[in-house]
Amino acid sequence: MTNLTNEFVLARLQEQFGSAIITSETPYDLLTVEVAADKAHEIIAWLKQDDATKISFLTLLGATHYPNSEGRELAISYLLHSLVNNFRLRLKAFIPIAEPTIASITDIYVGANWQERETYDFFGVQFTGHPNLTRILNEDSMDYFPLRKEYHLEDATREDKDDRYFGR
Amino acid sequence: MSDTYTKKPESLFSNETIDGEISTLNLGPTHPATHGIFQNVLTVDGEKILGSVQTIGYIHRAFEKLAERRPYNQITPITDRLNYCSSPINNMGWEMTVEKLIGVEIPKRAQYMRVIIMELSRIADHLVCNSVIGVDTGALTGFTYMFQQREAIYDIFEEVCGARLTTNIGRIGGFERDFSPRFHEKLEKFLKEFPKHFEEFDSLLLRNRIFMDRTIGAGPMSAERALDYGFTGPNLRATGVDYDVRVMNPYSSYQDFDFIVPVGTQGDTYDRFCVRQEEVRQSLSIIRQALDKMPEGSYFAENLPEFYLPRKEDVYTKMEALIYHFKIVMGETPIPAGEVYHSVEGGNGEVGYQLISDGGRTPYRLQFRRPSFIYYQAYPEMITGQTISDAVLTMSSMNVIAGELDA
Repeated sequence: MTNLTNEFVLARLQEQFGSAIITSETPYDLLTVEVAADKAHEIIAWLKQDDATKISFLTLLGATHYPNSEGRELAISYLLHSLVNNFRLRLKAFIPIAEPTIASITDIYVGANWQERETYDFFGVQFTGHPNLTRILNEDSMDYFPLRKEYHLEDATREDKDDRYFGR
Repeated sequence: MSDTYTKKPESLFSNETIDGEISTLNLGPTHPATHGIFQNVLTVDGEKILGSVQTIGYIHRAFEKLAERRPYNQITPITDRLNYCSSPINNMGWEMTVEKLIGVEIPKRAQYMRVIIMELSRIADHLVCNSVIGVDTGALTGFTYMFQQREAIYDIFEEVCGARLTTNIGRIGGFERDFSPRFHEKLEKFLKEFPKHFEEFDSLLLRNRIFMDRTIGAGPMSAERALDYGFTGPNLRATGVDYDVRVMNPYSSYQDFDFIVPVGTQGDTYDRFCVRQEEVRQSLSIIRQALDKMPEGSYFAENLPEFYLPRKEDVYTKMEALIYHFKIVMGETPIPAGEVYHSVEGGNGEVGYQLISDGGRTPYRLQFRRPSFIYYQAYPEMITGQTISDAVLTMSSMNVIAGELDA
């Protein structure tokens, strides 16, 4: 088992993809790289077959909604893992909520299938090339994407309600 | 949920036939052999399965959304209800995630105590899975005996936290109280009596001709395919990949303990059974080691007054304790902004917590990595070409837990 360093992987990505690697940081020692959304598929495919890093396991795929950052409201994050080198890498791609499309990686990792469906279900991200992009946990007739920030749950600190009427 | 009723699923299936008469069979949603509410619409030719379409989401409770409105210590009870067969692992995984975000190291003693509780719940989880595999092959006896032992484990949990199934055990920063003498009594009794019963259960099934004939070759999975699907935990190890979070990224002092990671070769139901059986023995050994090496010290992090609820005596007599108590209960504790991923080895595999904090009272975004959700999508591939009875066995041996699947 060799030990990959954050610097090595970042340098390798930059050498291979140049301007598609936008920014990088290492929160809690986990290399997090922002990549261009249209290159995410290509980068993940390349990482999977790259012998020097062997980052070939998809741990987690998900999205986050940042309503205030215009033009890059949805962050799609891919948490990848190299089981050989015990190295984790988080890739992020930002897409606008007005046109939330990104290439599906189901052709690279078959396990991304349900995770992409879940991301579609909750955030409305359109994964192009996905074989069956339908809702998975929510009901089919739902017409909104519940994990977006505009759908609030009740504020736990509100004081204008009389608890007696709510059985508390 | 998918539109299984409206869509003709033929295109998804192979065209292989036995007698040419293809019929559709609903396995679930509420079928006793599915151990939870999942629907599988099977396309069968006689007894042979040609394909399956899954519907999940029947007990979806929007945990990720709920977590965005809850202070950090109120999220622990949510994690109980993910994999409810081993709630303490989820609870502690979450507590460790928050500790990682705050950047605090809890005392060695508390870490060892966590290891004991987590390994006990791993045993409980594997006992449910393996004894239910027995039930699905027609062997009910082992199940009844193993559930008595599971009961003993729940009694031990009750001594620690007062609850049995959805435990809400531990706190951010350690434990709510130290292990009591009664806890040690019950644990010693369990460690003394359990191996005998467990080996008897093992001998009922492991080399049982009928059991072997039923399980060997049922629901096989290759290592490459399993990795592609994102399998983790016993299901991945049954295919021959020795990935275990406890070994690869040790947390809570797992590096201090000596244990082996059992692996299988075929990735079929029998291998999954064997891997879980051996993991139970390893867990017992880890508990024994942790008890023997239990360091002196505190059972909670003393330097964490803003997150760890103070003792009740202090709350009633000291002003600082009362203030902290109030702030914690109301969720008014400052927390650093940041993005953190932490994972633990759950009963079914890598249970991960992807937490984004913006410094507010609640997480900005919390995503759970639920191993059941990720590997259950391989189920149609595993049962295609098998018989219906194999499909039932495959499902029970994958240990798909509805709470974890649907979040």
